[in-house]
Amino acid sequence: MKPLDPRLLRYARAARAYLAGTVALSLATTVLVLAQAVLLARILADAFTGSGADARDFAFLAVVIALRGLVTYGGEATALRAAAKVKSQLRRALVEHALRLGPGRLRAPGEVATLAVRGLDALDAYFARYLPQLVLACVVPVAVLAVIFGADPLSAGVIAFTLPLIPVFMILVGLHTRARTERQWHLLERLGGHFLDVVEGLPTLKVFGRAKAQAAVIREVTDTHRRATMRTLRIAFLSALVLELLATLAVALVAVEVGLRLLHGGLPYETALIVLLLAPEAYQPLRNVGAQFHASMEGVTAAERVFEILETEAPDAASGDPGAEARLTLDGVTVRYPGRDVPALSDVTLEVEPGRRLVVIGPSGSGKSTLLGLFLRFVEPTEGRTGFGHVPAAEWRTGLSWVPQDPYLFAGSVADNIRLAAPDAGDDAVREAARLAGADFIDALPQGLRTPLGERGARLSSGQRQRIALARAFLRDAPVLLLDEPTAHLDAATAAGIRNTVERLMTGRTVVLVTHDHSWTATADRVAVIENGRLHVHDTLAAAS
Amino acid sequence: MTTSQPLARRFAGRPRAPLGSSGRGPLMRLLGFARPMRARLALAVLAGAGTTMAGIALLGVSGFLIARAAERPSVTALTIAVVAVRALGVGRGVLRYVERLTSHDVAFRVLSDVRVKIYRRLARIAPAGLREFRSGDLLARLVSDVDTTQDLFVRGVIPVASAALAGGAAVTACAFLLSPAAGTLAAGLLVAGVLVPWWATVLTRRAADRAAAARGELATRVVDVLSGAPDLIAFGAQDRALAAVAAADGDLTAQARRGAFAEALGAGLVAAVTGATVWTVLLLGVTAVEGGTLGRVPLAALTLTALAAFEVVVGLPAAAARLAETRSSARRITAVLDAPEPVRDPDRPRPAPDRPLTVRMRGVRARYGPDEPWALDGLDLDLAPGRRVALVGPSGAGKSTAASVLLRFLEYGAGTVTLNGHDLRKHAGDDVRRLIGGCPQQPHVFDSTVRENLRLAAPGASDERLRAAAAEARLLPWIESLPDGWDTPVGTRGTAMSGGERQRLALARALLADPAVVILDEPTAHLDPDARAALTADLLRATRGRSTLLITHDLAGLDEVDEIVVLDGGKVVQRGTHDDLVGRDGLYRRMWSGSAPAEADAAPIGVEL
Repeated sequence: MKPLDPRLLRYARAARAYLAGTVALSLATTVLVLAQAVLLARILADAFTGSGADARDFAFLAVVIALRGLVTYGGEATALRAAAKVKSQLRRALVEHALRLGPGRLRAPGEVATLAVRGLDALDAYFARYLPQLVLACVVPVAVLAVIFGADPLSAGVIAFTLPLIPVFMILVGLHTRARTERQWHLLERLGGHFLDVVEGLPTLKVFGRAKAQAAVIREVTDTHRRATMRTLRIAFLSALVLELLATLAVALVAVEVGLRLLHGGLPYETALIVLLLAPEAYQPLRNVGAQFHASMEGVTAAERVFEILETEAPDAASGDPGAEARLTLDGVTVRYPGRDVPALSDVTLEVEPGRRLVVIGPSGSGKSTLLGLFLRFVEPTEGRTGFGHVPAAEWRTGLSWVPQDPYLFAGSVADNIRLAAPDAGDDAVREAARLAGADFIDALPQGLRTPLGERGARLSSGQRQRIALARAFLRDAPVLLLDEPTAHLDAATAAGIRNTVERLMTGRTVVLVTHDHSWTATADRVAVIENGRLHVHDTLAAAS
Repeated sequence: MTTSQPLARRFAGRPRAPLGSSGRGPLMRLLGFARPMRARLALAVLAGAGTTMAGIALLGVSGFLIARAAERPSVTALTIAVVAVRALGVGRGVLRYVERLTSHDVAFRVLSDVRVKIYRRLARIAPAGLREFRSGDLLARLVSDVDTTQDLFVRGVIPVASAALAGGAAVTACAFLLSPAAGTLAAGLLVAGVLVPWWATVLTRRAADRAAAARGELATRVVDVLSGAPDLIAFGAQDRALAAVAAADGDLTAQARRGAFAEALGAGLVAAVTGATVWTVLLLGVTAVEGGTLGRVPLAALTLTALAAFEVVVGLPAAAARLAETRSSARRITAVLDAPEPVRDPDRPRPAPDRPLTVRMRGVRARYGPDEPWALDGLDLDLAPGRRVALVGPSGAGKSTAASVLLRFLEYGAGTVTLNGHDLRKHAGDDVRRLIGGCPQQPHVFDSTVRENLRLAAPGASDERLRAAAAEARLLPWIESLPDGWDTPVGTRGTAMSGGERQRLALARALLADPAVVILDEPTAHLDPDARAALTADLLRATRGRSTLLITHDLAGLDEVDEIVVLDGGKVVQRGTHDDLVGRDGLYRRMWSGSAPAEADAAPIGVEL
């Protein structure tokens, strides 16, 4: 595994400054560690020989101690703040990019949300614990070894021999745990998705008396996760065991070796004390790196999943001459979805002239939604060309209004949800749009337009949700109107009322309406029938006769 | 007239454990989950303390070894010290391994329990009790909060208990050498291990609570942006939604930075107190050596022991911060565990009613909260065996509320509902739903295969029965067109299925489950007219001779049902047969004429094809 993923520095700029600061603090720590050992040894040696305590040594020691406190505070504060900043930068990049990818390429929202909110938290361990220790592990052992070598080459030899074994073991064990940690992360992510799926489906499960049985499934999934994790940990902690053994045994060996050389008078007491005090310090950072290893791996894996999404390419930007006139046309357009044999649309040629109404009739799954997706620029043609592909997608959409089959309602008030279509609209405009859409039910809500809506509009019926979508379209007031089954969710009485309103909404606009409801053909200038991805355009009058 | 479940009756069934707090803190309740794992927990604590003690002793004995060696005694005088130093070097690693493994095992086992307990609770309060939870929040709550309970043990309870044991041992050892130094060490350990972490906890606690709330808000915003992406992109509203994410994220980041200050301050203070204590012990020791009350060899052992003893407290500020965070999570976990049940099962439910089943509703009123208007306001309804009743009316008329009452998802506030003459409330909800079933209004498609999604309605059903049900619901052609047929995964929330296919799946489930009373809530929504007409015909044929409550806005085919009840604003405005109602002026006739064009205009398609 890479100790430091360069992509982390590329995507999270906060990580760069932090890394520099950590190096500086590590150098300061090294100097203080050495100074403390030397001063402690000198005071103890003076007491041993009975030469009396030196007040200056005690004063220096006090200064060193105070500085260590400061450096510790600084290091910890920088690390935790950097972690928060890096998480924020990665999270925002992730969500932004996911949105740029659009509905066509967006992964399961629950899993990405878990990654953005909970998954990235694992980076705390990486930044606040692992990375500083990694830098310390590069600086402290070298400095300590140099000092010990000057004092007692033999002890330096013991340490120099055992010290490199620690990273070697770390790498060996790390290679083994990496794949397992990744699998464990997948499991955790799936667990999040599974949990949400089951909780959302609770009403359905209860109707069929299956809700209680799912508790066993959740336990099984969780226990599988536990067993898999424990298997990983049994190996991962072996690294801790080996590292601990190497470090403590080496210190024990040094202590015994130094003791025996003292016994034979080959070493001054003060030097022996310096060696004994510094020997554990040589291993401490490496041991800490080992201890933080598996916790940090989770963070690295989470970051890698973020990079994976960030490196998925967003759909191509507009191509061609941006100055050319945009036309609502399709020319021999075929759309193929990855992994599907049958194209969703094949060789569709179509023109909707400004101010005209096209009604597209077709059964479920015939390609109606893909057709609208082309106009909305959610879907790009696999073959053929469109008359608007040269306009940047965002600019093209400013002239569109869309009434989806299943509108999404956001956490926020009713007014906020309508205002989605025109962020700067005033309250009166929103109220008027709601009135035009026949959304009278809003008046009956406890706080009217200000009533908060639960996620995905849990408090509204399908009909009421559809009316919010219609209100958005009224507020949007765009020249091109795309409608997907505008009355499918409404009962006959309301549908009849809404139909007049939709008629009014369509007046003076270019309209593409897809539906399975043939009655809409009465309002069309032209009718197209879509079946198995193939489109046949008819003139209504001719068709009717 | 009764109100919804009188309070006295609610509590009568649970004399010892009323809803809400049981007097223990949320953290203690989480700790209580570990009770069955006491032995494992004790082992983890002992191993943790042993690890630390081995480390302290290693340095202390080494100090003794070197100082004694400097006096140049015979080699045999050092033998015991040499062996001890080596043994401690090995023992520490082994103990550490045991501690790590056992503590994680305990944590995961508790985690599994908490997850299941939370789920069981949610299963009891769904769906009416879940209206106030937003799913983004639920996601954060269930995955994140429940996951932090592992920290409670691995980074909270076990390190604290181990540190207390090891610290006590180190102080006791020093007391044999020089009691003022032991006192200093005890004081230093308490300040660094208890006082500083406690103070840091006070600082972090509020930040932790706010951070958890900010995290919930962030999760909601993130889920909104990701799930609502099509709507956002179509209206070019990405920037505002991203700004909301950025604001929530900025809030969470600010909370994290505030928490970082306290945690870092704790760490810095611990380092300073550690140094100050060693400094004082050294000063006391040197003075004692000069005064002749302490030998020069024990001085080295004492100083090195004091230095090493602070290994005990190194992890404590982090542990305290972690405990504070866990407390907020624990509070929200217990809030879910204590959420009131919208419908309470009786303590001694009546045996499940027999088939055939007669359902009788009289003057039933129901609503979704004590301050909300009646969604259903006085419904009389009879479902005799074999009788088919249609419930029609505009959206928001209370049709689905009636279904919720019959399915025991929602408590009714007034009126009576009886099954074969017995009060509905006297039966267990699961028993009721075994007899009264069907498909809910927004049927959920699980992230699984077509087969599993259908089979959940009847776990033991054979493949032939699945096929038959799918054929009856006209789902079979679609299933057979799929690349992997019955084993095709249908994706998260059935995104690979169209609205019509989803409804057909729900209908197939209802047919497969075969309840005594079938409730079909808008089964023909999302279907195209041809299929809708065909499905209505199939549906009426399949339910012939079976009590059925058909909730619909589609009036086609209703001449076949025995009774039509027209609801508006929660009240019954009309009832009768189709011919009867069409002949009279009223809402039904207006709805009928509103739907008539759909029938008339079905013709042009024939010309086109």
